[in-house]
Amino acid sequence: MTDEFEPRIVAFLCKWCSSAGSDLAGVSRMEYPSNVLPITVMCSGSVSPLYIFSAFNKGADGVLVSGCHPGDCHYLKGNYYARRRIALVKKLLEFIGLEPQRFQMSWVSAAEGKKYTQVIKDFVKEIKPLGPQTKLRRNQ
Amino acid sequence: MKKRTGVFVCHCGINIAGTVDVKKVTEELSKHPGVVHSEDYIYMCSDPGQNLIIDAIKEKNLDKVVVACCSPTLHETTFRNTIKSAGLNTFQCEIANIREQCSWVHKDMEKATEKAIKISKSTVERVLRNESLDPISIPVTRRALVIGGGIAGIQSALDLANSDFEVVLVERSPSIGGHMIQLSETFPTLDCSQCILTPKMVEVSKHPNIKLMTFSEVQEISGYIGNFKVKILKKPTYVDPDKCTLCDECTKVCPVVVPNEFDLGLTGRRAIYIPFPQAIPATYILDINSCPGLLPIACGKCADVCEPNAIDFDMKPEIIEEEVGAIIVASGYDQYDKELMAEYGYGKYPDVLDGLQFERLLSASGPTMGKILRPSDHKEPKEVVFIQCVGSRDPELHCEYCSKICCMYTAKHAMLYKHHVHDGQAYVFYIDIRSGGKGYEEFVQRAVEEDGVLYLRGKVSKVFEDKEKLKVWGIDTLIGKDIEIDADMVVLAMATRPSNGAEELARKLKIALDKDGFLAEAHPKLRPVESVTSGMFLAGAAQAPKDIPEAVAQASGAAAKAISILCQERLYHAPTVANVNINLCTGCGMCVDVCPYDALSLKNGKAEVNEVLCEGCGTCSATCLRAAIQVKNITPLQVHEMINACLGG
Ligand SMILES: Cc1cc2nc3c(=O)[nH]c(=O)nc-3n(C[C@H](O)[C@H](O)[C@H](O)COP(=O)(O)OP(=O)(O)OC[C@H]3O[C@@H](n4cnc5c(N)ncnc54)[C@H](O)[C@@H]3O)c2cc1C
Ligand code: SF4
Ligand code: SF4
Ligand code: FES
Repeated sequence: MTDEFEPRIVAFLCKWCSSAGSDLAGVSRMEYPSNVLPITVMCSGSVSPLYIFSAFNKGADGVLVSGCHPGDCHYLKGNYYARRRIALVKKLLEFIGLEPQRFQMSWVSAAEGKKYTQVIKDFVKEIKPLGPQTKLRRNQ
Repeated sequence: MKKRTGVFVCHCGINIAGTVDVKKVTEELSKHPGVVHSEDYIYMCSDPGQNLIIDAIKEKNLDKVVVACCSPTLHETTFRNTIKSAGLNTFQCEIANIREQCSWVHKDMEKATEKAIKISKSTVERVLRNESLDPISIPVTRRALVIGGGIAGIQSALDLANSDFEVVLVERSPSIGGHMIQLSETFPTLDCSQCILTPKMVEVSKHPNIKLMTFSEVQEISGYIGNFKVKILKKPTYVDPDKCTLCDECTKVCPVVVPNEFDLGLTGRRAIYIPFPQAIPATYILDINSCPGLLPIACGKCADVCEPNAIDFDMKPEIIEEEVGAIIVASGYDQYDKELMAEYGYGKYPDVLDGLQFERLLSASGPTMGKILRPSDHKEPKEVVFIQCVGSRDPELHCEYCSKICCMYTAKHAMLYKHHVHDGQAYVFYIDIRSGGKGYEEFVQRAVEEDGVLYLRGKVSKVFEDKEKLKVWGIDTLIGKDIEIDADMVVLAMATRPSNGAEELARKLKIALDKDGFLAEAHPKLRPVESVTSGMFLAGAAQAPKDIPEAVAQASGAAAKAISILCQERLYHAPTVANVNINLCTGCGMCVDVCPYDALSLKNGKAEVNEVLCEGCGTCSATCLRAAIQVKNITPLQVHEMINACLGG
């Protein structure tokens, strides 16, 4: 069997919900693919578009931003800003010609370990057929 | 100076070491730039594990530490304290989570090890750029503000005052007491509401630590936990409470009669009046909205007869400023609007009453001196229909939620009616009976068994007048039959809703409302008396429908929470706050607009951070087009380097 393509995914998780939700997935010993590299940030609202571009430039095959459910942000409204900002970034990436599946946003609460697992599984499944991301990758 | 980082990889027994090759992680990390020491150990959090870190810091002169172990929510504090005891600043330690986010969720050892290495390297990249920070210390103004003078606000104020803290109690109506002072007798023990409340009201008025401001409203609040500045509008009452002797001469000459709010319109009052005999403060007030005019030419009769010259037509509104360290909001509830209940004839037929009006009829000090008489013809009603859930539990048309108190007070109403009118019949229409509470179920049973109250399960479709009777059409769903009752009086258990103006008050305080408009608690289970804003607490029916024991319990809880702030000399705030590079800042103001905490302002054309208000969420830094504003210890540079390390450098 040939080596299967293993996408590298950077996941920006807000500390209060999604990071806690991914911890819960761990505590509950739910298995998911190891392709995801988590970076915990304070809030999904702190994820600058530059972080997303930076990840793609550095060779990420997929980027996930995950925060608290709308209305539940620890900082009241950070995820509303995130939602708007991310919609714009998504359009821009599509305009550049990047496959839209490569960039996603999800809402995962501290209680949703199972959902986090599912999000990662689906994400990996969706981008595997796309192969490596080269559009934005800078040769290093 | 060269950075000297130590990396400590924990096995966590086999929790980590079972899936992650910890030796390999240790070895790989030892080669990472900036790392001068790395080692693994079976339980890093154990005493020997921590000592290992302390020794390495001393021997190898480390200035940064990464512990690769479980989630930072568990042991971040442990290890930060460990490095502190070795003389390092707590912010020079970061945790790489290789358990919850790695060893526990993967099975393939090779892949998990590779991921653990990346996570650890990315954490090293972060800590390499961490600043040493000290907690921000803020002084505490050791006084409290309580908004609302119902039983909840009264209880909070007394608890605080008796713990030796000064309290400013702001009540918007002319007297404290809230709804409880209007009630007759209270379930489940049937003690007289006024008799148990008035001693507390008097205690408030006499307490040296309580500054009572009635007929006043909070106008503006600024500041933050420990240091709020409050502007309070004191509305003019046109009567000097210190001079008023309560002689009642003025009401005898006042020509104006308007509905009396205290009796919910069942009686009238003059334009100059005392809300009720035991009002606190004990004084008459002049209602400017019903008085024909303050000028003596317009009327002025009251001033003519007032012997002590207590009436002052020139009284002006005043703005009073107070400084407090904590705030308790106890703004209570109101009944659902009667206009919305047209199908039951409320507001149309005088003998269709709401719950509070019935309380006044039952009250020994009420309009009928405790006799149950119909407002229309003063006859004793022999058939009375009580309808529960009026406006409650009706998501289509009215409120979705259960108002919680009405099952109990309806049982009380029906029971007390029977105590007054022995040969009368009480009917209760209900959806179901919710009588959770100490002695509550027994109370309802007593109404049924001892007082013969007839409970009919079902809804009433219509109430209309028919030959001096009120015809009640309903259905008994237990026997599946239509029911028609010729009633003499109908009493509606109106839904409880947030008090008038709750929304505006929440906006001023910057606290959140829930979907029904009640004040939202910080956590529905674990932080039920805190609001989402630090330093502000919730008490009583303002947060959700509550009966008196629950309102009092929450009020004491809120007071205890407030005391936990006020008893401190200083408060400490996380120093990982936003920081502006003024050389890059263009003063565009975009960050100012997005900050959820109003922590940013423009000063001399540059953004400025109020470090005490800033919670470090980073929304500003993601918004700034020039990267001029960053949150300390999670700066864009740090995140970029972490991304780099995650993707294999
Ligand atoms: C018909 C009826 C019968 C009841 N019978 C019983 C019973 O038998 N036993 C029992 O345990 N409970 C009973 N209750 C429930 C009881 O009334 C409440 O539990 C209790 O009054 C709640 O107290 P509170 O202080 O939270 O609110 P409230 O009594 O509503 O007091 C709130 C106070 O805040 C003031 N306020 C509001 N907004 C502001 C503002 N912006 N600024 C300043 N002041 C403000 C209001 O003027 C008011 O004085 C009954 C309720 C009803 C409707
Ligand atoms: S407390 Fe009882 S009467 Fe009131 S809304 Fe709830 S179920 Fe209906
Ligand atoms: S970090 Fe958040 S709270 Fe602090 S100034 Fe920026 S937006 Fe406001
Ligand atoms: S804290 Fe989770 S999205 Fe803001």
